Amino acid sequence: MATFQVDIVSAEAEIYSGEAEMVFASAEMGEVGIAPGHTPLMTRIKPGEVRVRTAEQSEDLSIYVSGGILEVQPYVVTILSDTALRVDEIDEAAAQKAKDEAEASLAGKSGEIDYSAVQAQLAEASAQLQLIKKLRK
Amino acid sequence: MSGAKEIRTKIKSIQNTQKITKAMEMVAASKMRKAQDRMAANRPYARKMRSVIGHIASANVEYHHPYLTPRPDVKRVGYIVVSTDRGLCGGLNTNAFKAAVASMKTWSEQGVEIDVCTIGKKSAQFFGRIGSNIVAQVADLGDSPELAKLIGTIKVMLDAYDEGKLDRLYIVENEFVNTMTQTPSVTQLLPAEPDVDEKLQHHWDYIYEPDSKTVIDHTMTRYIESLVYQSVVENVACEMAARMLAMKSASDNAGDLINELQMVYNKARQAAITQEISEIVAGAAAV
Repeated sequence: MATFQVDIVSAEAEIYSGEAEMVFASAEMGEVGIAPGHTPLMTRIKPGEVRVRTAEQSEDLSIYVSGGILEVQPYVVTILSDTALRVDEIDEAAAQKAKDEAEASLAGKSGEIDYSAVQAQLAEASAQLQLIKKLRK
Repeated sequence: MSGAKEIRTKIKSIQNTQKITKAMEMVAASKMRKAQDRMAANRPYARKMRSVIGHIASANVEYHHPYLTPRPDVKRVGYIVVSTDRGLCGGLNTNAFKAAVASMKTWSEQGVEIDVCTIGKKSAQFFGRIGSNIVAQVADLGDSPELAKLIGTIKVMLDAYDEGKLDRLYIVENEFVNTMTQTPSVTQLLPAEPDVDEKLQHHWDYIYEPDSKTVIDHTMTRYIESLVYQSVVENVACEMAARMLAMKSASDNAGDLINELQMVYNKARQAAITQEISEIVAGAAAV
């Protein structure tokens, strides 16, 4: 049976790389099975199991990925896995935290910071944040 | 024997310092090896990501992402500056900051405003001190940085770019050339310049699920995140290599200092003995 190259990688490690006959993943709009020669496809995948059917082994290889992107080219399938579960709200919270950190450096006791300048920046950062919130609504 | 005791104390204290710098050197060496492994572990993802972005750029896509479209006039640029959390690593941070400031200067001479996003304590301190406009910061990433900790800062910059507040985004980082050499570099993140795959020319498009905008947006965000993450991981390797070198030269300097002091001490001791003998001889002659 025809095979194709499958690469499953995450930012912190290479998870799987090899030839496969078929790949199954839970895409955002439902389960997909990719066979060789599939038309180019790009989709987000949900956290869950990715199964890889290889010629050598009778059982499918089962790999857990915490979401990511599935890209299909005729002879290569790439899964770019996220390193952790990602939700938009959490990303938003993280962005907020990064801004707070900038704010917190004000409260820090290191006397080297130009306080008036930072204060001005801070005002702008919070103004930007308000705008982001408005745009999100 | 005047001064001999002081010299002895001084030698002792330098020896203690040397012990510390030697220990730090060894710790940095072992951490550097781990950091290099992490750099290698990240490489497949970065490579795959780049090829996927290359595919998107060479496909005949229905939706052109703003990250791939250059903006003609530039009003405000953003810089992500990657630095270490701790000092004692030679000129690593200073060199990166110099490169950053030089690049910022060329923009500000054209009347372009600058936003800074700092990763690591040292860059937060430096850009805070010179009064830059810091919009986001993250520190205390440790020796094995996690992507999850970087997401927030990156999102702040990407959101600003999406809203049109920023027209360019740069990253300032150290490149790990080898153990002896780390070169600072200022790289343009946005708009991205992907490697277009010549073999796949402009007559096809993907099937997207659910739709092209969602998927490409998502992919581009991940792409930028992976680039920043890569820089941060590389910077850890640079930090360890630079610290190893700095501590090695500190240990060597301490050794030189000890030798010199030992010489001074020996001379002082010899002088004292000579003086004592001559006093005794003079005393005996007088009798």
